[in-house]
Amino acid sequence: MSRSTTPLHLAVALDGAGWHPLAWREPDARPADLFTAPYWADLAAEAERGLLDLVTIEDSLGLQSSLPTGPDDRTDRVRGRLDAVLTAARIAPLTRHVGLVPVAVVTHTEPFHLSKAVATLDYVSTGRAGVQVRVSARADEAAHFGRRTVPQLPVAELDSPAGRALLAELFGEAADYVEVVRRLWDSWEDDAEIRDVATGRFIDRDKLHYIDFEGPHFSVKGPSITPRPPQGQPVVAALAHRTEPFALVAGSADLGFTTPHDTGQAAAIVAEIREAQERAGRGGETVHVFGDLVVHLDEEPGRAAERRARLDAGLDAPYSGDALVFAGTSAELADLLLEFAAAGLSGFRLRPATLPYDLARISRDLVPELQRRGAFRTAYEADTLRGLLGLPRPANRYATA
Amino acid sequence: MSKTDTSDKPVKQIHLAAHFPGVNNTTVWSDPEAGSQIDFSSFVHLARTAERAKFDFLFLAEGLRLREQGGRIHDLDVVGRPDTFTVLAALAAVTDRLGLAGTINSTFNEPYEVARQFASLDHLSAGRAAWNVVTSWDEFTGQNFRRGGYLAREDRYERARQFLTAVRELLDSWQGGEIVADRTDGTFLRAAGPGRFDHRTGQFDIGGHFNVPRPPQGHPVVFQAGDSEQGREFAASAADAIFTRHGTLEAGKAFYADVKGRLAKYGRTPDQLLILPGVSFVLGDTEDDAREKSRVIRRQQVSGATATAFLERLWNRDLSAYDPEGPLPDVEPLVDAEPIVRGRADTHRDDRAETLARWRAVAEEKKLSIRDLVIELTGRQSFVGTPAHVARQLDAFVQADASDGFILAPHLTPGGLDEFADTVVPLLQERGVFRTEYEGETLRDHLGLAHPDHPAAAGREKAAS
Repeated sequence: MSRSTTPLHLAVALDGAGWHPLAWREPDARPADLFTAPYWADLAAEAERGLLDLVTIEDSLGLQSSLPTGPDDRTDRVRGRLDAVLTAARIAPLTRHVGLVPVAVVTHTEPFHLSKAVATLDYVSTGRAGVQVRVSARADEAAHFGRRTVPQLPVAELDSPAGRALLAELFGEAADYVEVVRRLWDSWEDDAEIRDVATGRFIDRDKLHYIDFEGPHFSVKGPSITPRPPQGQPVVAALAHRTEPFALVAGSADLGFTTPHDTGQAAAIVAEIREAQERAGRGGETVHVFGDLVVHLDEEPGRAAERRARLDAGLDAPYSGDALVFAGTSAELADLLLEFAAAGLSGFRLRPATLPYDLARISRDLVPELQRRGAFRTAYEADTLRGLLGLPRPANRYATA
Repeated sequence: MSKTDTSDKPVKQIHLAAHFPGVNNTTVWSDPEAGSQIDFSSFVHLARTAERAKFDFLFLAEGLRLREQGGRIHDLDVVGRPDTFTVLAALAAVTDRLGLAGTINSTFNEPYEVARQFASLDHLSAGRAAWNVVTSWDEFTGQNFRRGGYLAREDRYERARQFLTAVRELLDSWQGGEIVADRTDGTFLRAAGPGRFDHRTGQFDIGGHFNVPRPPQGHPVVFQAGDSEQGREFAASAADAIFTRHGTLEAGKAFYADVKGRLAKYGRTPDQLLILPGVSFVLGDTEDDAREKSRVIRRQQVSGATATAFLERLWNRDLSAYDPEGPLPDVEPLVDAEPIVRGRADTHRDDRAETLARWRAVAEEKKLSIRDLVIELTGRQSFVGTPAHVARQLDAFVQADASDGFILAPHLTPGGLDEFADTVVPLLQERGVFRTEYEGETLRDHLGLAHPDHPAAAGREKAAS
């Protein structure tokens, strides 16, 4: 099949040994290496081999758990993880093109620190940094910081008035957080460093700006200690499943990861985000909406489904999470992605069910399949993540020119 | 070449580290060879030079708010620096052995996050992380953070002490060996819910599960910087190394004896705390050449405007009307006004009159202009001479127990260490006082510091003996 189409954007989400709970037991898994740099460097290199736009690196401020309330009593699952921003920085000098987007929890951390950390990731990767902001509604993670309590609501009660209020508070704070981070990125104009030997001035202080942010959860004076990064503003992403996070994507992000299970849902999600974008006054800006899929991939027909069934057989119930779980060939996956794209998604974030196996199938089988269909790049066409995503370098809000 | 030491005392090995030249007026940014203090390539250059020279570690300072003077951002010195953790993690990719030491404030961070970051850095560098713990109380910097400026000045060391204790408890919450990762029988963890901790003290009320397994060094190497009585006690009780500013032989020996003398009461031995002054150096083909270079560099470091700004910190008032090449201002300091300087540690809060009298006496005696006085008073090059002369001086300093080594702050970014690495280091190696190859893998190995046993393991050993 050959048809001309708008090229897709492709990302992979890296987490531990893969997204299937038993991925770490696969023959080529490297469960003993999860806390070493070469493991992550190898995964990033594989993603880059597939010319992918970006990799995300999962993170959380607590132990992984099957329970919403705190650690579970399991000993048969991967537990423990490294800081994602540091992991991204560690692999940045070893890659040249792929975007690096660590997850960062915004509920308990400081926007000032994250702003300079992601700006610095942009410097060490020469323009390939992003960040996926995440809120934490977990009481156990709040107790790790001891500064606030988060009411423990069962997932079923998230639509109750108390649930909606909690979500509104957490995502409202996240929006403020992103606003602070973006203002800090802009707090130095690009040409603030002048090194004027004649007057003895290193900077033109008129090109540095106090951000003077005041909000219910924090106030931040600024300016940043780190000059404006190469991309001006690194790419801000968020995972979104419902109205409050859709509003965060629409109002604050450059890229939203969503979890439609069919094309109808995909179209509805895109419509809701676009509407919220208009309301937020960002109607004219590019906000990418990607679809997330968990992927088991094999070229031999039926083989991926067999692998999936074999892995699921080790669980009490087949693995299912927020995202659609796909098992099939690269041709079948390409068909599905193009259908979803026709519903309005501009790209996909594939979550490899097992690492490194499914990642290699994405970079070595799916990507050539999409290339044959004219639906994916055949070479990196830009040096920055914004460039790959077709996002302009933002003007500085403080520059008077 | 003969060794300097002729007594029975064993010859000490020198520890060397490189301080990335950044935000201060000793970094000469006006030199045509001065490069970026932000671009990663500058960090790579200094780190690779330091590793080529077999240095123990690279050191990054920190500042969390841009300095102000007279209500405006100070624009005369290098301004702007990247995030410490992020740079160090990236440097781990381009070096193999060099230690990676970062300054992280205990006031504007939380123990869980800092413990995660250092544990992650140690994993990602295979055991090369070090933490320079600094404290702050000032509301000025606090305006960039959620906590704001509520910490009382007298509480800062208490918070630092509890912070460090909490971080070590978090790192000890995994003993090592919890991860089995046995594919065949499906056991990932030896036991459920690893990383349990509970830390309830005056500053922190935290508990739960830490989510990073025990890193290669157990704990990062801990540095303390700061010269106050509280700072010395804090270092003696809790640090692996102390970063000082005592660059002269006599001051160094006094400080060394004082701090090492405080260790016994904490059940520690003198080799468990290294004393590493931050020093500068100027090399020349001859002694005269080096002295002339030093003079030129001092003039570059202290411009007329920089000298006036320096004086304003003591006078606490605008002195821009005074010619920096002329005599000291004839006006008196403003004692009760708000400090003119913000974001700098030393504002002569307590010793203004005494300092003023001393400066006036020095200026009068030596007939110095404002600028010459500031050059006279501030951070002269610690070691100036030919490579052979500097190597001898450094060795003599360490053998005299004025320090255990040095943190070298070049005045040029990023090439300021190149000549030292090429000329002085080989001479130190020839003298047999500096390594020619790394002997171990981790920073603790380089520094001769034990890898901390996990408390539970230590308990088991005790029980067995």
